Amino acid sequence: MSTTTEQARSVPKPVFTDAEAGALEFPSSTSRHYNYFTPAKRRATLYEDVTVDVQPDPERHLSQGWLYGFADGVGGYPHEWTTLKSSNWHEFLDPNEEWEQTIYRNNANVVRQVQQTVANAKAAGSFLTENRSWLSVLEKHVSAWAHVEHGIGMYVYTACQRDAPTNMINNALAVAAAHKLRFAQDLILYNLEVSEQVPDFDGSAHRAVWQSDPLWQPTRENVEQLTGTRDWAEAFFATAIVFEPLVGELFRSHFVMQVAARHGDYVTPTVIGVGEADAGRDRAGARRLFSLLANDPEYGAANRAVMTNWLAAWVPRSVAAGRGLQPIWSQLSEKVLTFDESMRRAKTTFTDLLSEFGLTYDKEL
Amino acid sequence: MSRASITKSHEKIQELAWEPTFVSPVEKFATDYTFEKAQKKDPLKQILRSYFPMEEEKDNRVFGAMDGAIRGNMFRQVQQRWMEWQKLFLSIIPFPEISAARAMPLVINAVPNPEVHNGLAIQMIDEVRHSTIQMNLKRLYMNHYIDPAGFDNTLKAFQNNYAGTIGRQFGEGFITGDAITAANVYLTIVAETAFTNVLFVAMPAEAAANGDYLLPTVFHSVQSDESRHISNGYSIILMALSDERNRQLLERDLRYAWWNNHAVVDAAIGTFIEYGTKDRRKDRDSYAEMWRRWIYDDYYRSYLVPLEKYGLVIPHDLVEEAWNRIWNKGYVHEVAQFFATGWAANYWRIDPMDDADFEWFEHKYPGWYNKYGKWWEAYSAMSKRNGHKPIMFEGEAANYEYPHRCWTCMVPCLIREDTVVDEVDGQVRTYCSETCHWTDAVAFRPEYEGRPTPSMGRLTGKREWESLYHGWDYADVIRDLGYLRDDGKTLIPQPHLNLDPKEMWTIDSVEGITMQSPNVLLNAMSPAEREAHIAKYKRGGPAGRPAPAEAAA
Repeated sequence: MSTTTEQARSVPKPVFTDAEAGALEFPSSTSRHYNYFTPAKRRATLYEDVTVDVQPDPERHLSQGWLYGFADGVGGYPHEWTTLKSSNWHEFLDPNEEWEQTIYRNNANVVRQVQQTVANAKAAGSFLTENRSWLSVLEKHVSAWAHVEHGIGMYVYTACQRDAPTNMINNALAVAAAHKLRFAQDLILYNLEVSEQVPDFDGSAHRAVWQSDPLWQPTRENVEQLTGTRDWAEAFFATAIVFEPLVGELFRSHFVMQVAARHGDYVTPTVIGVGEADAGRDRAGARRLFSLLANDPEYGAANRAVMTNWLAAWVPRSVAAGRGLQPIWSQLSEKVLTFDESMRRAKTTFTDLLSEFGLTYDKEL
Repeated sequence: MSRASITKSHEKIQELAWEPTFVSPVEKFATDYTFEKAQKKDPLKQILRSYFPMEEEKDNRVFGAMDGAIRGNMFRQVQQRWMEWQKLFLSIIPFPEISAARAMPLVINAVPNPEVHNGLAIQMIDEVRHSTIQMNLKRLYMNHYIDPAGFDNTLKAFQNNYAGTIGRQFGEGFITGDAITAANVYLTIVAETAFTNVLFVAMPAEAAANGDYLLPTVFHSVQSDESRHISNGYSIILMALSDERNRQLLERDLRYAWWNNHAVVDAAIGTFIEYGTKDRRKDRDSYAEMWRRWIYDDYYRSYLVPLEKYGLVIPHDLVEEAWNRIWNKGYVHEVAQFFATGWAANYWRIDPMDDADFEWFEHKYPGWYNKYGKWWEAYSAMSKRNGHKPIMFEGEAANYEYPHRCWTCMVPCLIREDTVVDEVDGQVRTYCSETCHWTDAVAFRPEYEGRPTPSMGRLTGKREWESLYHGWDYADVIRDLGYLRDDGKTLIPQPHLNLDPKEMWTIDSVEGITMQSPNVLLNAMSPAEREAHIAKYKRGGPAGRPAPAEAAA
C-alpha cells in the first residue's frame, strides 16, 4: 500500500485592515470625485468620469509634451489634422454617453433582436412566401448596402478615431465604427440566411452589383471618396451630415423600411431598422460636435466657411449617389413612396441639420 | 454557434471587402515596411454577432463582482500598501489601452489585407472597453478605499508626474512613428504578447493576495481579450517576414521594443509586486521568478525563438541582459528605491519596509540586505516628521546620490556602471544602457545602417522631468503639480501609511529646498568636469551609494 505525503497548501492569510471609506477622518478623506475636470452639469456622469482626459493634451495637464513624434517631429493628436478650429475641443461630450457597458449592452441587444427575428422567420418559412420582385431587390440592392456600411465603418470611422484632439470625440467615432461594422455583418449574414432558405436566391449577386452595376457606382464612388479624405472632421462631416441623410437615410428609411413589409418581408425592416437607429445615435454625436464648432465663440465664422466649402464639394456627390439609386424604386410593383417623396424627406433631414449649424445650401439639391 | 457555422459566416463576411477603383483609402500613416508579397490570413475568424454577446457576458461577471466587493466590505481587508501603488498603476494604464485602440488604423492602413482588418477593428473596440472599464475600477477604489487622495486627481497627476511620464511612453509608443514599428512590433509583438502576462496576470494575483479581488476580476477579463490581439500581431509579423526587405527593420524594431518594454514595464510592475505586497510567504513567487516563467519561458522560448525558423533575428543578447538586470543588477530594487526616494513628488503613499519584508527579500534575493537594507531602515526612520527634510534631500544621511535620467526610457540610470553619456542633437544626454543610447542615437533616425527610413519616428518632448522645475523651490513644485490635500497644506504623498493628521507631512516640510535638474547641471559643466563627474557616478551604487571619495580620487 503506497502512501502519499500531502504538502501543506500555501495561501495568503486574510488580514482585517479596516481600509474602507469613512474609517478615519483626515485631509481629503471625503474627496471622492475626479477633480481635474469641470463636469457639464453639477455632478460628473459615469461617462465623463471614464472618458475625460484619458487622452492627454499639452493644453491641459500634459507638462512634458508628447514623447514620440512622427518623422516630422509632430506627435500626439495634432490640431492641424483638421482645418476646423476650436476654442475648446474638450467641450464636446458624446450625447449617447458611450462607454464599455453601453457599447456591449446595446450591440448585444441588437444581435439578439436580429437573430431572434431571423430565427422566427426561418421557423415560419416566411422567406419562401415573400414577393419575388422584392427578393430580387433584397438579393441585389439591400445586400449591396452592406458594402457601404463596411466601407464607412472600416475606412472612415475606424481611421478617424486615431485623429481627433480629444478622447470624447475619438471614442464616439470608435463606437460609430463598431455600429457600422456590425450592421454590415448583420446584412451580409442575413443575406447568407436567406440564400440558404430560398432557392434561386443568389447570395453573391451583391458583389457584382456593388462593383459594376451603374446604379451603384455613384454611391461606391462617394464612399471611396470618403475613405480617401485625410481631414478627419471633413470625413466625419461628409459622412454623418451629408452622406447619411442624402444617401443612407434615403435608401434605408425612405425606401427599404417603407416597402419591405408590403412585400411580405418583416425581417428586413428589423435588420435595417436597428442599423438606422444606430445611425441616428451616431448622428446625434455629429450634430453636437459640428454645432459646437459652427457656433464656436472664436472660430465659429471661419468654421462655417470651411463647412460651406465642404458642402460644395460633398453634396453634389451624395445627391448624385442618391439619384443614382432612383431606378430601384421602380423595380417593385407595390409603391409606398415615390422616389421624389423619399428624396424630399431625406433633404428635410439634411437641411434641418444644416440649420442647426447656421449653414444653408443654396444650390438645388 | 458551431465551428462549421463560424467558418461559413467568416467566409461570408469576407464578401464585404472590395477593390476600390475610384479612390483608395488615404495613406495617413507611413511605414518603411512593405507588404506587397503578404499572404492573407485571419486566424481567429471573428464575427461581431458572437463578439458582442460574449463581451456582454464577461461584463456582467465583472460588474457582479464589483457589487459583491462593495456588499462584502472588501475594503476592510485590502492592504493599504498595495492600494497606494494602484494610484500610480491605474492612472497610467487606461492611456495605453486607449492608445491601442487608436493604433489600429495605423496597421489597417499599412497592411493591404482586408481579412486581417476585421480582427484589428474588433481589437479597437476591445481597447475602448479596457480603457473605460479600468477607469471605472479606479472610480470604485476612489469611492470605497479609505484614502481617495491620489485617485481623485488621477489623470492630471498621470500627465504631470515623472513616473506617469515613464508609463506614458508605453502608450505613445503604440500610436506614433512608423506604423508597423509602433502598432505591430512595439504594441502587439512585444507589449501585448510578452508583457501583458506580468501586467494583467501576475500582478492581479498579487492583488488578490493583498485582499483586492477586483483587480483580478477586471484585468483577467481584459487579458481574455489579449489572446485575440496576440493572434492579430502574429499574423501580421508572418506577413512582414514574407518580404526580405523587412528583416532589417524587424530586427531593429524588436531590439527597441523589447528593451523599452523591459525597461518600463519591469520597472513599474516589478516594484508593485515586490514592494507593494504584504504577502511574504516564502513560497510565493518573486517577480524574478514570475518573469522567468511568463516572459522568459512562455514568451521568449515558446513564442519568439520559434520565429527564428522564419528568418527573424531574435535579440537573444537583450533578453539575457534584461534577465541579468533583474537578477544580478537589482533593477527592480533600484527602481523601487528611487520611487521611494522621490516620495514627495508622488501622488501615492509608500509604506516603509519592515523586518518581515527584509527577511523575504533576503530569502528571494540573497545579498539584498547588504545592498538595500540600510537604506530602507533610513527611509523608515526618516518617514516620521522630525524636523528633517524628505529623504531625497538628505543625501548624506541616506547615503544616496540622486540619479541621472535615461533620455530614452526615462527610468533613471540606476545601474550606475551601465550609464552611457553622449552628445545627441546638440545636448549632453544620459542613458541607462547601451541599448537606450542606440535607440535615440541610431534607431529613431531617418536613416538606419545606410538605408533610408523616412517613416521612422522621433523621440520628442521635455524628457527629463526635473528640468521643468530646475531652480524652483520644492514647495512651489508640489503646488504646481497640485499634490496637496483638501486642507491646502497636507501632502497627498506620504512616506508612510499613517493617516493621523498629526503624523502627515505638510507643505511647510518642503519649503526652502531648491530643486535641481541633473541634466541641466551636466550640460553646464566643462567637458573635464563632466568626465570626472560621470566617472565617479559610474563607480557609484548599488542602492544609489555615491562612489567612495578615495575611489573618486
